[in-house]
Amino acid sequence: MNPTPMRAARAMLRRDLALALRRPDDALQPLLFAVIVTALFPFALGTDAGRLAPIAGGVAWVVAQLALLLGLDAVYRDDADDGSLDQVLISGQPLALLCAARMLAHWLVVGLPLMLATPLLARLLGMPAQATVVSLISLGLGTGVLVAIGHVCAALAVAAKRSVILVPLLVLPLTVPVLIFGAGAVQAALVGLPPTAPLLLLAAGLALAISLAPFACAAALRLNAS
Amino acid sequence: MNPLVRWFHRFGSPPTFYRWAGLAQPWFLAGALLLGVIALYLGLVVAPADYLQGESARILYIHVPSAWMSLFIYVFVAANAFIALVWRIRISEVLSMAAAPVGAMFTAVTLATGSLWGRPTWGTYWQWDARLTSELVLLFLYIGIIALFHAIEDRRRAARAAGLLALVGVVNLPIIHYSVQWWSTLHQGPSISLLGGSSIHSSMLWPLLLMAVATKLWFVASLARRSRLALLEADSDKAWVLEAAPSLRSAVAGA
Repeated sequence: MNPTPMRAARAMLRRDLALALRRPDDALQPLLFAVIVTALFPFALGTDAGRLAPIAGGVAWVVAQLALLLGLDAVYRDDADDGSLDQVLISGQPLALLCAARMLAHWLVVGLPLMLATPLLARLLGMPAQATVVSLISLGLGTGVLVAIGHVCAALAVAAKRSVILVPLLVLPLTVPVLIFGAGAVQAALVGLPPTAPLLLLAAGLALAISLAPFACAAALRLNAS
Repeated sequence: MNPLVRWFHRFGSPPTFYRWAGLAQPWFLAGALLLGVIALYLGLVVAPADYLQGESARILYIHVPSAWMSLFIYVFVAANAFIALVWRIRISEVLSMAAAPVGAMFTAVTLATGSLWGRPTWGTYWQWDARLTSELVLLFLYIGIIALFHAIEDRRRAARAAGLLALVGVVNLPIIHYSVQWWSTLHQGPSISLLGGSSIHSSMLWPLLLMAVATKLWFVASLARRSRLALLEADSDKAWVLEAAPSLRSAVAGA
C-alpha cells in the first residue's frame, strides 16, 4: 500500500531534516566555512574600511556561493552508497517531487543559515546598513537557485569517481548569472540605485530553477541508476 | 519500415558508421587543409591591412571562424545529446562526446587569438568585456562536460550524464549571455564592439568565409577520427571490430 506522493515528499523532507539534526556539525560546516573565509579578507586586503566596504557585498555573495558547494557532492552519493537511493528509485513515487523535497531540506539546512549569516558577515567588513535588507532578499532568492542547480549537478555526478573538484566545476559556470544579479542588486543598493530589476530577475531565475531543476535532477538520477 | 528511418538506423550502427567515417575522413581533412591554406594566403598576404588596426587585424581571420565554431559545436553536442537521451541512439552519444573536446579547442583558440589581438588593439591582453566573459564561461561549460564524461567509469552512462549536462547548459547559455551583457554594461564596459557593424570589403570577406568552411570541414574530419576511435574502444570485444581493424587482432590475442 503506497502513500500519496505528497506524503512521500513530506517523509523525505522529514528524513533529511532529521539526518541534519542528528549530525549538526556536518550541517554547520558551510556556515563555519563562510565565517572563516570572510575573516580572511581583512588579512589579505588590510583593515582599511575604505577598501573593504565597497567590496563587502560582493564578498558576501562569493562566500555564500562557495559555502553552498561544500557537502553538495555527498547529497546523493551517500544515499547511492548505502542503497537508499535505489529504494527511492523503485518506490514508484514521482522522483521529481522527492528531489524537490530534498532541495527544500538542503536549502533549510544550509541555504537559510547562510542567507541570514552572510549579510552580518558583510557588515563586519563594513557594508553600509542600507544594503542589509537587499542582500538578505537577494541571498534568499539566490541560494534557492544555487541549491536547485547544485542538486542537478550532484545527481549527474553520483556515479562518478569521488572528486572534490568535479561538482564545483559543473556548478560554477551554470551559476554565473545568479552571482551577477545577486551581487549586482547589493551593489546597486550600495550606490543608491533601485535594486528592483536584478531582484526581479533573480526571482524569475528561482521560479525557473524550481520548476525545471527537480525534473532534470530526477532524469540524472534515473540515467545514472539504469 | 520507412526507408528513411531504415537508412538512419543502418547508418547509425557502429560498423557502418565506422566504415563511412573512415572513408569520408581523409577527404574532409584534405578539403580543410586546402581551403585553410588558401584562406590563410588571402587573409595574411592578399587582403589589405586594416587602416585602423593595421596588420594585427589579420588575426581575426582565424579568431572569428573559431568563435563561430565554438558555438556551433556546442549546439551540435547538445543536439546529439538530446537525440541520445530521447531515442537512445548510441552513435549520437559517441558523436556528442567526440565533438566536445574539439569545441573546447576552438573556444580556447578563440580566447587565445582574441587576447593576442587585444594587446595591440585595446592595449590589454584581457578585458572583462561581455563577449570575452561569455566565451570564457563557454570554455568552463565544455571543461565541465569533458570532466564529467571522464569521471564516470561506464562509458555509455558517462556519455548520457555529460549529455544531460550539455542540455542544462543550453538552457542556461542564453541566460548567461544576457546576464553577462547586463553586468558589463552596468559596470560601463569598454565602448569597443568586436564587429563595428559596418559591412566589410570582399577582399576581407573571402578569407573569412573560406576559413569558416575550412574549420567546418576540419571539425567533421576530427569528429570522424575521434568517434571511430571511441567506437573501437567501446566495442573492442565485438566481432565487427576485429573485422574492421584486423591489426587489433594480434593485440587482442596477445592480451
